[in-house]
Amino acid sequence: MPVSLVEGNSLLALDIGSVTTRAAYFDVVEGQYRFIGMGQAPTTLAAPTRNIAYGVQAAIESLQKLIGKPLIDADARLILPSQPDGIGVDSICATVSAGDVVKTVLLGLLPEVSLKSIENLAMSTYTRVVDTIGINDTRNINEQLDAIFTQTPDLVLVAGGTDSGATAAIQKELELIGLASYLLPEAQRPAMLFAGNEKMQQQVRSSMKNLVSGLALAPNVRPQADFEDLGPAQRQLANIIIELRQRQMPELKELRSLSGGAVLPAIYNQGRMVRFLSRYFDTGRGVLSVDMGAASLSTAMAFGDELFTTVYTQYGLGEPLAGLLNQTNLDELARWFSLNLPSEALRDYIYQKSLYPAYIPANAEELSMEQTLVRHMLQSAMRASIAKLPARYRSKTGLLPAMQPILASGAVLTDAPTLGQKLLMLLDGLQPVGITTLAMDQNNLLAILGAASAQNSLLPVQVIDSGVLAYLATVISPVVQNVSYGTPIVRAKLIRNDGSENETEVKMGAFQVLPLESGQTARLQLRPLLRADVGLGPGRAGEVDVTGSALGIVLDARGRPIRLPSDSARRKELLNLWQSRMGG
Amino acid sequence: MLTSTIHILPLATIVRTRVLPQDGRVLVRPGQKVSPSDVIAETSVSRKHVVLNIAEELQVQAAKVDAFVKVKRGQKIAKGDLLADAGGLFGRETRSPIDGRIVALGGGKLVVEISRASIEVRSGLVGTVTELVGERGAIIRASGAIIQGVWGNGKVDAGVLVSLIEKPADVLTPAQLDVSLRGSVILAGHVADPNVLKSAAEMPVRGLILASLSPTLLATALQMPYPILLLDGFGNRPMNSIAFKLLSTNIKRDVAINADIFEKNVGNRPEIFISLPFSQEPPEPRDVEMFAPGQTVRVLSLTKPCQIGAITVLPADPVSLPNGIKTLSASVRLETGDEILVALSNLEVLG
Repeated sequence: MPVSLVEGNSLLALDIGSVTTRAAYFDVVEGQYRFIGMGQAPTTLAAPTRNIAYGVQAAIESLQKLIGKPLIDADARLILPSQPDGIGVDSICATVSAGDVVKTVLLGLLPEVSLKSIENLAMSTYTRVVDTIGINDTRNINEQLDAIFTQTPDLVLVAGGTDSGATAAIQKELELIGLASYLLPEAQRPAMLFAGNEKMQQQVRSSMKNLVSGLALAPNVRPQADFEDLGPAQRQLANIIIELRQRQMPELKELRSLSGGAVLPAIYNQGRMVRFLSRYFDTGRGVLSVDMGAASLSTAMAFGDELFTTVYTQYGLGEPLAGLLNQTNLDELARWFSLNLPSEALRDYIYQKSLYPAYIPANAEELSMEQTLVRHMLQSAMRASIAKLPARYRSKTGLLPAMQPILASGAVLTDAPTLGQKLLMLLDGLQPVGITTLAMDQNNLLAILGAASAQNSLLPVQVIDSGVLAYLATVISPVVQNVSYGTPIVRAKLIRNDGSENETEVKMGAFQVLPLESGQTARLQLRPLLRADVGLGPGRAGEVDVTGSALGIVLDARGRPIRLPSDSARRKELLNLWQSRMGG
Repeated sequence: MLTSTIHILPLATIVRTRVLPQDGRVLVRPGQKVSPSDVIAETSVSRKHVVLNIAEELQVQAAKVDAFVKVKRGQKIAKGDLLADAGGLFGRETRSPIDGRIVALGGGKLVVEISRASIEVRSGLVGTVTELVGERGAIIRASGAIIQGVWGNGKVDAGVLVSLIEKPADVLTPAQLDVSLRGSVILAGHVADPNVLKSAAEMPVRGLILASLSPTLLATALQMPYPILLLDGFGNRPMNSIAFKLLSTNIKRDVAINADIFEKNVGNRPEIFISLPFSQEPPEPRDVEMFAPGQTVRVLSLTKPCQIGAITVLPADPVSLPNGIKTLSASVRLETGDEILVALSNLEVLG
């Protein structure tokens, strides 16, 4: 029987990732929700087990051991709800990123209008677009039909027509997908989401419902030619993704039943939480979250209620690596490689790692290679994510808009051996500007909290307030044009609440760290030189309140974007210098 | 912690399921002995279509076309065959522009399938069919030596095993390939020269079992008509000692090389199978194990040769590796006698 989350109850949240399954336990402690602990185990989706329940059970058993409280009975069933003697848990929710990439065909009308929106919708979750068909497609119907046959997509996303606009052209495209679906063996028929002209919904339902393996209708992603609205369609798409996942993981059905349907894709929950945090922090800037996984890299940016999520299934530290050199070249990739090894070593690492997605770097050399890949993938993903933002959030420079805070997750980031390595991977990969706080979501809780937030609005607030994010540093990244290395660009003075002070002058190309321990607060006075913009406007000085963190205040004056020397030896020397400045 | 095992065994019984992705025709029967290149089941899938707009050609409304159509779904047609006739004095007719088969009609249109692609699944080993899997394939049981690899180019074949490797770190060069190797399966070390793969195709060989391959040759390897199986992966990597010893003792035997493209959800590892006589059927190896002290493991490294060892201690909690990463790990005694700490993620249980 479905169990709804009731405020005041304990919660077991599962996160089924492509490599790791996590089980997190939340309960009320002294009147406030707290994150109590997390157990984890390898995900058991792959052969020979092919059953995620083993991994889920192992993760819960690991959690039980940690919190000293049984959650599973002797018959390996969840004790739901909790019992008078305290054993068990009151509610459950789950978030899923494991599973094959969803092969998707896009159908729309104009490339820069409905097709663009439906592509943005597709990229907001775990899809790989295998074909796109619009009204400017030069292929004839035979070729389009054969293309769909060759690709055998799992999903077809259809948009087109404003709410009072075109119907005939969409009808033609629907006929195409209907025909292809009719001709495909029943087990290979795709699911379909229609998010076009809302006046056609009834017609789409009656003509397609028996032809596709699952049909969902969503509000128009492009209700007007100049207005995109992905939100409602994303919710529908999240449900379809879980339906498709359930074909590969039948065990999800039981989880959905136990949770009252609270099982959604991790990226959807991650986005929901980032949007929530944007409203919660209310800094006037955006909130950014990046999750560097084995199967994909996802970004979620929220500006108040507006959310922009993208999943890069071509980036990931596991299987996607086999295709990485199709996206870039070795020289480009090796720009951030600091070891005195030929770039071919990095190439061999990439291919070998694609065979072993769960492999953990075993020595300093491998760690450096892995972190090089992270930098490249973060940069590539952020460039693409920034380009997709509406013009009102993009700067002319193409740099990341002002974000506060930036949250990072994924084992390669959260489990890096030193704080300096964590920070530098993020600074090099994301290249934030102005004043930003960087935090590690070290238990990968964002998506889990997003899942919980749908039914329990108190839990995420109180858990975030309880300090589950590990704040790395407050970073000041000045932007200044045409200034040579070594020229002073900012003077900074840190006045701690205990009265102690640090003053420094930061030169172009340098790093400065002003210690400010966790729990301490201070005022930071910033005086830019040469019209440098420290986040307060070009040349504008000011004072901001700052809070202590693991690394304190970091002044990153390496410029934006960071320009690396073309000479390999000089570049490696600089990369090593930066790393050593941050403590190795 | 649960982990899947890698099989590198001198004598074991294995059970393999060979099935099509969809229903088709099964060509074997229970009890039948099969050899590696025997086709177990076959089918075909639609590939090319032509959509004919009959309503437009007859100049009638789509809803009225059905009454004029002269062919049925599933019917084979030849170029020039009458497809539809509007009748009457001025009625138009439509004839087929191509050979094919009618696969759909409706909405004023008619779809002709003009080509199909055949799909077949082969045995990949010498064994006995024990059971049929519906109309999709069969289960085969076989006993012999089994050596699993890490990458394959998707081809299957069999032949006599010939060695061109003396030491695990040897590199195979084009000069080593001569016509006497024609029709054999070659065991060799690392390949970095594309001419090796091309020369092997020209001979042709029945397969290449390699320690490793330069990733620059990946695309070429996929195009080769013969199976290529990598035991240790990409980059210049020597052959792991267990596979090297086992394969070296089976030179001149018939080997089946099933260089499957690994799909993690299917679990179809590329593998070499050598059928061997036995007096009592050897046991089946387990596909999944819990890590435990005493297990023989392969210690993976992405930048160094992998090593073979045995687990000595399994700490319950995560421990810090030499590079600072903290994770669940095991102490492993290597063949050299050294004892090292290894992340469980970096261990493969051999069994």
